[in-house]
Amino acid sequence: MSAIQPPAELVWWKQPLDKVEGTWIGIALVWSLIMFFMMPFWHVYGKQNLSSEAYRTTPQAYMAKTQAMVDQYTIRTETGAQLPVVRPPPGSDVYLLGRLWQWWPLLELEKGQTYRLHISSMDWNHGFSLQPVNINTQIIPGYEMVLTVTPDTSGEQTIICNEFCGIGHHTMLGKIYVTEGGR
Amino acid sequence: MSNELFRTCPESGLQFHRPAERLMKAHAVVAVVILLIGGIAALLVTLTRWPAVHLLPADRFYQLLTTHGVNMLIFWMISFEIAILYFCSSTLLKVRLATPKLAWVGFTLMLAGIIINNLAVASGTASVMMTSYVPMPANPNFYLGLILFAVGALIGCFIFLATLVIAKDEKTYEGSIPLVTFGALTACIIAVFTIASGAIILVPTWLWSLGYINHIDAAMYRVVWWALGHSSQQINVAAHVSVWYAIAAIVFGARPLSEKVSRTAFFLYIAFLQLASAHHLLVDPGLSAEWKIFNTSYAMYLAVLASMVHGLTVPGSIEVAQRAKGYTNGLFQWLRKAPWGNPIFSGMFISLVGFGFLGGISGVVMGTEQINIIIHNTIYVPGHFHATVVIGSTLAFMSLTYFLIPTLFRKQVAFPAIARLQPYFFGIGMSVFALAMMGAGTLGVERRHWDMAFTGAPLGFEYPASAYTMMGIMGLAGMVAIIGGAMYILVTVVSVFFGKSVESESSYGTATTRLMRAEPIFIPEGGHSRAVTLRQESGDLRHQAPSYSQCSSSLPLFCITPLTGSIWLRFGRYLDPPELTDAC
Repeated sequence: MSAIQPPAELVWWKQPLDKVEGTWIGIALVWSLIMFFMMPFWHVYGKQNLSSEAYRTTPQAYMAKTQAMVDQYTIRTETGAQLPVVRPPPGSDVYLLGRLWQWWPLLELEKGQTYRLHISSMDWNHGFSLQPVNINTQIIPGYEMVLTVTPDTSGEQTIICNEFCGIGHHTMLGKIYVTEGGR
Repeated sequence: MSNELFRTCPESGLQFHRPAERLMKAHAVVAVVILLIGGIAALLVTLTRWPAVHLLPADRFYQLLTTHGVNMLIFWMISFEIAILYFCSSTLLKVRLATPKLAWVGFTLMLAGIIINNLAVASGTASVMMTSYVPMPANPNFYLGLILFAVGALIGCFIFLATLVIAKDEKTYEGSIPLVTFGALTACIIAVFTIASGAIILVPTWLWSLGYINHIDAAMYRVVWWALGHSSQQINVAAHVSVWYAIAAIVFGARPLSEKVSRTAFFLYIAFLQLASAHHLLVDPGLSAEWKIFNTSYAMYLAVLASMVHGLTVPGSIEVAQRAKGYTNGLFQWLRKAPWGNPIFSGMFISLVGFGFLGGISGVVMGTEQINIIIHNTIYVPGHFHATVVIGSTLAFMSLTYFLIPTLFRKQVAFPAIARLQPYFFGIGMSVFALAMMGAGTLGVERRHWDMAFTGAPLGFEYPASAYTMMGIMGLAGMVAIIGGAMYILVTVVSVFFGKSVESESSYGTATTRLMRAEPIFIPEGGHSRAVTLRQESGDLRHQAPSYSQCSSSLPLFCITPLTGSIWLRFGRYLDPPELTDAC
């Protein structure tokens, strides 16, 4: 009965630590320190970091930039809703926007080429979830996130919204098509 | 008897301040009713996410998911925790509760907040999830309910602190406050921080929803909201670790291995765990990499260290107490011979193992900057927090309930056979449920999503079959856990409202006896511990006392066991005659 009673010793903070308990604390501390050093280390030397490049924007300003890209580089439309498929030149700035409930426009990128992919939201929070490669980021209205992207496999990737955004949330999908280079 | 302020429970010897006792009962009853509401929502939500069943339409699903999240994560937890705070101050310190009338004001505010918030969600105009990220608007009453509840809870926190002051002032205890009360104090301090953060963001959001403020920055909302959202789970951690220590003391008469270590570990929670909130923001735009790394490495790991320490000291103290009773064969006899049929113990132990191994480890994984990119907002996240909040906190609170039914409510536990099995159904069901969610999450399945087949979407995507299998396992295991939850509600409600009273009579008085320090145990070099000697002199030979030479013969043997390496200590100085082992 002593965790619910005052400590036996009046000066309990001076009681010596048992060797075994001390050993365990040592092991746990070393483990925590390894984890602590690993994260900055991996940030510097690893190759799986999310960009921290972001800018303030407004839905209107972002929409204008996206619209300009769509007007210039649309190569075809898809589905009954005539969704534009945009093929921007390699190395260029690519704009993708999330709104209730679509990712717009669809993109066609070239394998092995590098693009600056801008993403923002027109209305509420959205979640950018690229499947099946499984890359997930948060998209927040008023903020324009910039990712440097180099597709390394050709084929079709689907963008799924994974932040709840209302009743049509489950229909909010987009596509990134990656074509073989040199086409 | 109307002037009698204190009731003494004959079995446990606990002394209840009568006004505090009524408040504890009220908070606990409200908590269980909320658990029932949240549980019904859980059943329907699980049946919808189980692809083979897919029960509800989308609007109902999101509405009930909001109901489930808010009621479980905020209302159930904090209501029960206020009862724990009153218990750990007034009852454990044998002191009158400060300002019971004000405490009833706090209770009323909390109840009003719960009702207002639930009505807003029930109206269908506040299906915004527990997080209610702006600028997605909700009915203003959604925020108002949360604010009222928070004010009520804050009153409860300050009454807890005031009660500690009274106990100190009136010298109702000797020495320092008990470890369990110290843990509750930790929970209270974190709660004050949490509620302040909640006020900072929810009050403006409420005004925004009423039209008095025209813009709230969506990224800032997330940063401040998570100081509420994650820190409130730290209240639960501090509270359930306190409950673990309390149950180890109640069931085994276990004493902490080292007061210094356990208290320092609690202090680490205050100093660092709030910052784990940052792991929700690891893939947010607008926050620098430095900010993310600082908050999730340095800060979080020191808090993880605290949990690893408790992960040793709680089972370690039980081991020592069990060995003192003579269960000294092999490494695990102390554990094998533990009272696995007693739900107070079994629930607590499943909670400890599940929290550490499923919840803790998955939390550390998610909190890594790079790994977070592959699981942010996937169903891995609810997998993690069902292991921490449900297996960890909820199951610990459930096991404490089986102690409170006879001591606080003075009722016999109804359906003892069901009560015996309940922690296993709930704990094991929930463990498989959480693991299956984590599995589906690593395959990219989203959280808070009505249809993983994307029915009706202009574009399509198909998850691999294994993702569907995982979600099916989740559904099945979820049903087992829900049966476990229903068993708890059944036993609790029937015991408290329709149950037979406990046979023994409580005694009443106007004052309490002073709470004395734990028995100091002095071991002469090479001799028997005093506790062992005393027990032998009094002729109590039920348990063979451990031979001291065996305990101190060699260097302590450190075993890496499935219990985070519980230890075989040189435990002579921790021996304590079990006083309360069989009580209540």
